[in-house]
Formats: sequence, structure tokens, C-alpha cells
Amino acid sequence: MSLKLSLHTKPDVPLEAAVICTDKLNGANETAIAALTVFHGNDQTALGEFFTVKGQCDGEIHIEGDLANVKHLGSEMTSGKMIIEGDVGQHLGAGMSGGEIIVEGNAGNWVAPEMTGGRVIIKGNAGHMVGSAYRGDAVGILGGEIIIHGNVGNELGSAMRNGLVVAGGNSGDFTGVNMHAGTIIVLGEMGIRSGAGMKRGTILSMHNADMLPTFSHACTYHPYFVRLYLAYIKEQGLTIDDAQLVGNYQRWVGDAIELNRGEILLYVN
Amino acid sequence: MITMKIKSTEIVDTFAEAFKMSGTRVIITAATKQWAMAAAQSMTGFATSVIGCKCEAGIERELNAEETPDMRPGVSVLLFAMDADGLGKRLVERIGQCVMTCPTTACFNGLESDTTAIVGGQLRYFGDGHQIGKVLGDQRLWRIPVMDGEFVVDEHFGIQDAVGGGNILILGKDQKTVLKAATAATKAMCEIDGVILPFPAGVVRSGSKVGSKYKSLIASSNDAYCPTLRTVTGKSLVPEDVNCVLEIVIDGLNEATVADAMRVGLHAAAKPGIKQLSAGNYGGNLGQYHLYLNKILEAS
Repeated sequence: MSLKLSLHTKPDVPLEAAVICTDKLNGANETAIAALTVFHGNDQTALGEFFTVKGQCDGEIHIEGDLANVKHLGSEMTSGKMIIEGDVGQHLGAGMSGGEIIVEGNAGNWVAPEMTGGRVIIKGNAGHMVGSAYRGDAVGILGGEIIIHGNVGNELGSAMRNGLVVAGGNSGDFTGVNMHAGTIIVLGEMGIRSGAGMKRGTILSMHNADMLPTFSHACTYHPYFVRLYLAYIKEQGLTIDDAQLVGNYQRWVGDAIELNRGEILLYVN
Repeated sequence: MITMKIKSTEIVDTFAEAFKMSGTRVIITAATKQWAMAAAQSMTGFATSVIGCKCEAGIERELNAEETPDMRPGVSVLLFAMDADGLGKRLVERIGQCVMTCPTTACFNGLESDTTAIVGGQLRYFGDGHQIGKVLGDQRLWRIPVMDGEFVVDEHFGIQDAVGGGNILILGKDQKTVLKAATAATKAMCEIDGVILPFPAGVVRSGSKVGSKYKSLIASSNDAYCPTLRTVTGKSLVPEDVNCVLEIVIDGLNEATVADAMRVGLHAAAKPGIKQLSAGNYGGNLGQYHLYLNKILEAS
């Protein structure tokens, strides 16, 4: 039997609810879950003050309501599945290492910062700093997958070192800034200064982009590995044109102010 | 001893003695099926017998674009060696020299197994520091820069216990008749997934026995099945009206697939002019698998 949490009182200020995570709720009864501590602004209160709790967590949690002001859902998650029927607030899946979070609506800023494994799927749009390092940290996500069906904000995959981050729509400025490795795919258009400061890693976009002067055009070719990635995200429900699977891509190499081992691949229509 | 017949062909009451080997499956893809086949043929060349080639390899089947990881035409190759360590070395050698060198190819693991050999993880050094590792789900790939773009190869290839040396012997009235029967048999056997026939076009004429009068040789001509020696050796197994014998050797990923291939091969080879169908063994003391022809046929 899965656990269902329904938001009955919309928080006036951000509600920090890191306790809503499969690892922390597995096996607990309704009363115990409702009594768990959350922070409403700087007030310490009980989860039951905002959510109706029904059922028991067997590795799966369903959450419903407008959670745009609810933060840290699924933080440090290691296994199981969370399905969120609605919008969700900042820091979703922060530091998660396993399991899966599916959001049927939009997500706020800082989706899965510094995650090391698992998967986050956002069916709507997401804010800034998706899959990023925290400010001051040199390294962002070390693994896992973040798949956004819609648009994302600035600094997508900032300082990421491994893993896969996908935006089905457009991305903002500084996509893949300070990237160490890993793969970012943007099916829409990217904002300015993509790949700034990147050392290694791949940024793949289906549209042309303004390249920084510290990137150089190497060649136009058909990278076979792209087929594997596009087929993989197609399985996740994103729309991939057959021409993109078999087409040619410009390979831009940079950032020359760093190692110059990163690449931006731009689909040539 | 004869206890069974298929049409007019006698089935000798004996068994094929097969050996425990290590096997793997390699998926080669390319821009066209011709280039994929060129790489596969190169990779499976000089791989007829572990005795002289260190491995046995063959083409399992062609793959449609829908069946391959990168959705390009492909070829499935099976490779066998006496142990996992040796198989890993052969994979690195043959993928490095025969597949990476072939234009437009990529090379993927085709066998899920807990035992693996690191292949792309070794070939990547050819990239001289410019290689790029990618992780997609549970798959780790290497992109090695080459002159037509990149060679993409899986880091790990799965290895499992396998069966090598399944065989049938076709004894007939003349070379033309036996060749025709052998060709029909190999065509039927190639329809079975999970097996390969490592010899030229699947057929071997120089069947061997263990040992030799010459101490330096570990194997020598199987004189018991040489028609020219029928009255010489004193232990000939060639009937009087038989003038040609050909053998088909089968390697497979498990005993059942080898037996399946032998079964369809026996049925296909049983033609007019084929006196007997038999199998080669070493008395049962060397191989771990004894594939009795009668049991295989009864199972069908």
C-alpha cells in the first residue's frame, strides 16, 4: 500500500519538508508521519498541519496539491518512488542518490542539486540551477538523470561532473557553466554563454546557438553516440525527430580558458 | 552400432564430445550492412580452432537497424575461448584491429552477464588522451577519435560459460554428395541463434584426433575417418561404400543451443547418398559435454 499525502493548507511562506522522502517514511504509520517535524518559515510545526496522511509508505509516495511553496521534497533520497501531482518548490531531490521522483507539474529552482544517482522527471518547466552545484561548491551532480520536459532557467547543470540532464524545451543563459563532465541535452534553444568555463563534458542542442569566442569549430559530422542518447530520452517520452537521430552536428570545442576538452554539439538542420 | 535412421541415412549410436568454453556476443554496427559485415568477417577471420587460433569465432546473424543499439545495420558475432581471461584478450585484439579499423563502425556488448571483460576501457588509450567516456544508464561507452569521426565502443563485454566442439560427421558416397549435404546442414544450423560454425563456410575436412606420432604435435589427422586410409589404419570408421567425410563443428552459448543446431543439421544432412551421420569424440574422457545423436533426435 502506497502513502498518499494531500496538501490541505497552502503554506504562506516556504515550507521545508525534507522529511517527505521514501527513506524517512518507509514503514511509519499515519499518526507518526503526521507528527513529523517540518519548518514553516522559521516556525517548527508538524507535517499534519499541512498534509492529510493516508496509507503507509511501501517505497512509494503520492503527493498532491499546489506544492510550489514546499521545499526539499525527496532530499537525500536513496530508493523508492515519489509521484507529485502538481507544482513543486525549490530543492526537490537535493543530494539524492537513488530512486525516482516524477513531477506532473512545474518545479522551482535548484532541482536535484548535487545529486549522485537516481532520476528526476519534471513533466512541466523548471527554474534556475537545475542539477547544479551549490554556490561556492566546485562540483555539482556526480551522477543520475534529470529530465525536464519543458523549459528550464539559467545555469542548467552548473559544474556537473557526471550524469545526464535533459531539457525538452529551451534553456536559459549559462547552460553547462563550469561543467566538468557529463551530458546536457537541450532540445530547444539555449540562452547565451553556453558552456562558459567548461572543462570537459558534452552539451548537445537541436538548435543553433551563439558561441563564446573561446569555443572553436572543429568539424561537422555525425556522432554515433548521439543516437544512443536520443533514443534513450525518446523512451522517456520526449519528442525526437528522426532527422535528429541520423543528422549531422557541428562540433564546437572549448572552453579555451579552461582545459578546452569540452564540446558543444549543434544539430545542423 | 546403428539403432536409428533418418530416411535412408544411418545414425551412428555415438556422441559428440564438447568442451566447456567461455563465450561472448559482440554487436558490430556501421553505416551500411556491407561495412558491418566487412568488420565482422575481419574479426572472425583466423578463428577456426582454439588449437591454432587462440579462439573460435563466427557470425551469428545479420541485424536489422531496429535491433541494434544505435539503430544502424549490424552483425552479431560470437567469440569463444578456453577461459574468460583469454577471451578478454582476444576481444581487445580483434575489436581493436578489425572493428575499430573499419570505417563507420561502432561496437557494443551483446551479452548481459555478471562476468565481464574490459574492452573499451583498454582500447580507449588509442585516443591518446582525446578519448571521451560517456555514461548512459548502466552503460559506459568510450568515444575514440578516428579519422572518419569517432569509434564508439562499450567499456565492458559480458562473458558466460559456453560450449565448444559440438559436431556432426557426414559420411557419403562421394565428395559432391557430401558437400551438398554439408551445405544444407550448415544453412539449417545458421538459423539457430546462439551458435556459430567456426570453420570455412561452417565445414571442416581436416578433422583431428588428440596426439600424434610426432611428439611436438598435440593434434593430428583423424585417420579413422580418412577414406584413403580405410584399409591402412586398422581402426577405420569409414564404411566400404563411403568415399568422403566432412565435419561440422558447432560452438554455442549453452548446451541446448548446440544440441538444437546438431538436430537441425542432422535432419538437413540426411539425403540420398549419405550413408551415415556420426559424431566425433575422444572416448568421453576429455570433454564435459556428451551430446548423443540418438537422444538429440529423440528429443525432437
